[in-house]
Amino acid sequence: MPLTINGTDHDFTGDPRTTLLDFLREDCGLTGTKKGCDHGQCGACTVLVNGQRINSCLTLAVMHEGDEVTTIEDFGTAEELHPLQAAFVRHDGYQCGYCTPGQICSAKAMLDEAASGWASFVSEDLSAPGRLTPEEIRERMSGNLCRCGAYSNIVDAITEVLEAGR
Amino acid sequence: MTRSLTMDEPDERNRLDAMAQGVIGKPLDRPEGPLKVSGSATYAAEYRYKIPGCVEGVLVTATIARGEVTLLDESSVRDLPGFIAVISDERMIARPAQGGAGESPVRKVREVQYYGQPIALVVAETFEQARHAAKHLKVEYREEPDALVDPADERATFEPFEDPTIQGDLEGSMRQAAHAVDVIYTTEGHNSAAMEPHASIAQWDGETLTLYSSLQMLRFNRKELADALGIEPEKVHLLSPYVGGGFGSKLGISPEGVAAAVAAIRLGRPVRVVMLRQQVFQCVMRRSETRQRLRLAADAEGRLIGFGHEAWVSNLPEEEFAEPVLQASEFLYPGENRVLDLQLARVHRVTAGSVRAPGEAVGMQALEAAMDELAEASGIDPVELRLRNIPERHPSEDIPYSSRKLEECLRSGAERFGWDKGPRRPCQRREGEWWIGSGMATATRVHNLNEAHARVTLRGDGTAEVASDMTDIGTGTYAVLGQIAAEMLGLDPAAVDVKLGDTAFPPGSGSGGSWGASSTGSAVFEACEGIREELARKLGCAEAGLTLKDGHAVSGNRKVPLADLLEGRDVEEIGHFKPGKIAEAFAAAMYGAFFTEVAVNAYSGEVRIRRFTGAFSLGRVLNEKTATSQCMGGMVWGIGSALTEDLVFDPRDGHIVNPDLAEYHLPVNLDVPHLDVLLVEERDPAGSPLQSKGVGELGICGAAGAIANAIYNACGVRPRSFPITPDKLLPGLPEV
Repeated sequence: MPLTINGTDHDFTGDPRTTLLDFLREDCGLTGTKKGCDHGQCGACTVLVNGQRINSCLTLAVMHEGDEVTTIEDFGTAEELHPLQAAFVRHDGYQCGYCTPGQICSAKAMLDEAASGWASFVSEDLSAPGRLTPEEIRERMSGNLCRCGAYSNIVDAITEVLEAGR
Repeated sequence: MTRSLTMDEPDERNRLDAMAQGVIGKPLDRPEGPLKVSGSATYAAEYRYKIPGCVEGVLVTATIARGEVTLLDESSVRDLPGFIAVISDERMIARPAQGGAGESPVRKVREVQYYGQPIALVVAETFEQARHAAKHLKVEYREEPDALVDPADERATFEPFEDPTIQGDLEGSMRQAAHAVDVIYTTEGHNSAAMEPHASIAQWDGETLTLYSSLQMLRFNRKELADALGIEPEKVHLLSPYVGGGFGSKLGISPEGVAAAVAAIRLGRPVRVVMLRQQVFQCVMRRSETRQRLRLAADAEGRLIGFGHEAWVSNLPEEEFAEPVLQASEFLYPGENRVLDLQLARVHRVTAGSVRAPGEAVGMQALEAAMDELAEASGIDPVELRLRNIPERHPSEDIPYSSRKLEECLRSGAERFGWDKGPRRPCQRREGEWWIGSGMATATRVHNLNEAHARVTLRGDGTAEVASDMTDIGTGTYAVLGQIAAEMLGLDPAAVDVKLGDTAFPPGSGSGGSWGASSTGSAVFEACEGIREELARKLGCAEAGLTLKDGHAVSGNRKVPLADLLEGRDVEEIGHFKPGKIAEAFAAAMYGAFFTEVAVNAYSGEVRIRRFTGAFSLGRVLNEKTATSQCMGGMVWGIGSALTEDLVFDPRDGHIVNPDLAEYHLPVNLDVPHLDVLLVEERDPAGSPLQSKGVGELGICGAAGAIANAIYNACGVRPRSFPITPDKLLPGLPEV
């Protein structure tokens, strides 16, 4: 069964019980995507499927025929960081680093969602959510737990990238 | 060469401030940051991809509270695809090791002592197959009826865990007091909930075991694992270069590591065991629930004349740990009439052990909430009340305090927050459906040091390497050890490689109890002192006259590039740091103050944290960026402890009702306002040769108390029961 991961063609032939997360980590060796709970509760496994964020532990690999999956490995390398990755380093938007790839994938998709006019729980006007305030960022990033408690710095990092893009 | 430094007295030399490089304390980015944000830092479970033939194990856990496993029916799973083995071996451990144990915890996996205890490991070719087989393994038990699982059960008996402190006449002082508070506070169980579940991969090479694992204190873990397996510690090689959070839960080895090692030797294949998130809750460790009685007796000016803090906690039989609830109460406040008494009950619930800031995390939040009650009773501003109660000497041991900047923290925190010193009454401010209030609390955490070794190599090319089996669990160890070496050796921190988390390196202190940076950092410091002496010899000057800066050695009017001075030869030193008599000579601790503004919904009782300021004094700050982040992390934990975190145990069999991240509620991003952290300048010569103390836990110690006090100030309800969930506020909320 064909699918594309980070622009490369892959073929999934494994156990149908395999989650997309385990396929990425165990079969493709893309261990940047993390397993924190395996139940869609922590967000550490967040990846993009056709540009939208998804908990890759909550979906089976076999459900993604023909899909384009993007993982943290597609953002940038340690030597050449994506602006979001660089901002996370600069603002110390992580400590242990385990939730971080998921936070960054989530942030990327979240910025795209907001740019497309999607509202959130804290948006005053559902039809015109307007500017992405820190409060909006906090709400939209609340699916990604960080037990080290780097939330303030994560918001600062995302805000910096957002403002650089304006 | 090994150089030893035993700290028997304060180190007044303050060598770091005399160095020339100027990088110590600077808010540098973590050197391992690019690896973490790009997903290329490798955590324990992720080595599987690099180990051919590695098979998967999934733990099977008990579904009774107490009894004996009478049957593990292998025939029930033997025919499942990929099945390899069911292993239930006398070497496997039934509980995690307590922090610093250095020996195997209780084994006897077939003798069930708590619901969720590991009883076997099922191994299969793949994770999916192993999980399926583990789920379908037929198990039979002989169950002991009526296991005592609940400390609130009337059959539970509490016994003193250690000798209580009893001074003077507390009851008399309570009667004489102008203002007195006698209250009971409770806190519920907590789980560390590090984002990376406990994971191990075991691989044997003859009689030598290599274990990739997620651990905090390798030099102890090596002994624990060796003891469980019945082999020599030298035959165990542990690797934990990256640890996805620990918070105490990885201080000791946990069941998955020993199970992987046993399975790997029995099967002759590498084996990986990763705990399911539910297992992290069920069979690692919990912070004990606490019941605390606080008695505060003050004179007319609010000065404490009597101080009582008693606490009741629980643990499994045979465990030598009781949540040290009274740790800060020993030294924080005066009161010549004192009772401090910690009582422990034995119950059949998952092991109680260290969870971030054991003791102060829950002791301080109750104490600081009670202090708020005393402030109200006496009509004294809460900040002022605390300023009036800073004792001259340790109230029980009559020893001096080391550097203590509590007053500075209280004053600078109050100023930064904009604390209103006016009269305080609840229910004074409402914005729409939200009651708004403010609260404050003191922070303190005892300062600990631990023995540590580290090797520093100044390479012939003028770059350096620091190596220790010390870990970085998100605490910034890679950054701060590099900065210490860079400062001492006059190097750009980018020219210092820090290698950690490998027992092939000299044994560090491990990460725990906030001692990591000061202890292992002091070992790095001592090694650098040796290297400096060698460089001075080479240069032909006294060490005191040697300046190292930007890769050059300078003495008088001579300036020589290090690479030239070294002539291509490495200089290597191992630093050995030992905490000596200093620990008994001073009451050393970190201090701080929290200020917060909360909103309480007048109809639903929902609490939102609107502002949260923390002012902290931690001795010398080694890296302002990572220290600030650690303080923020603690404050986030304070929010969880105040509002949501609550392990719920079934009173019938002691099973955890909410063993996952959907039902055990950590604070999420929206629960946390932009945290405001202020680091107060301090050098503590009794803290360490670096003049530093600990950072990682202070931010939680008292934080939840400030929130509780703000909730009371907002809406006039003081539940005296943490977490303060809406159901506890609703009955008392005023009409609007």
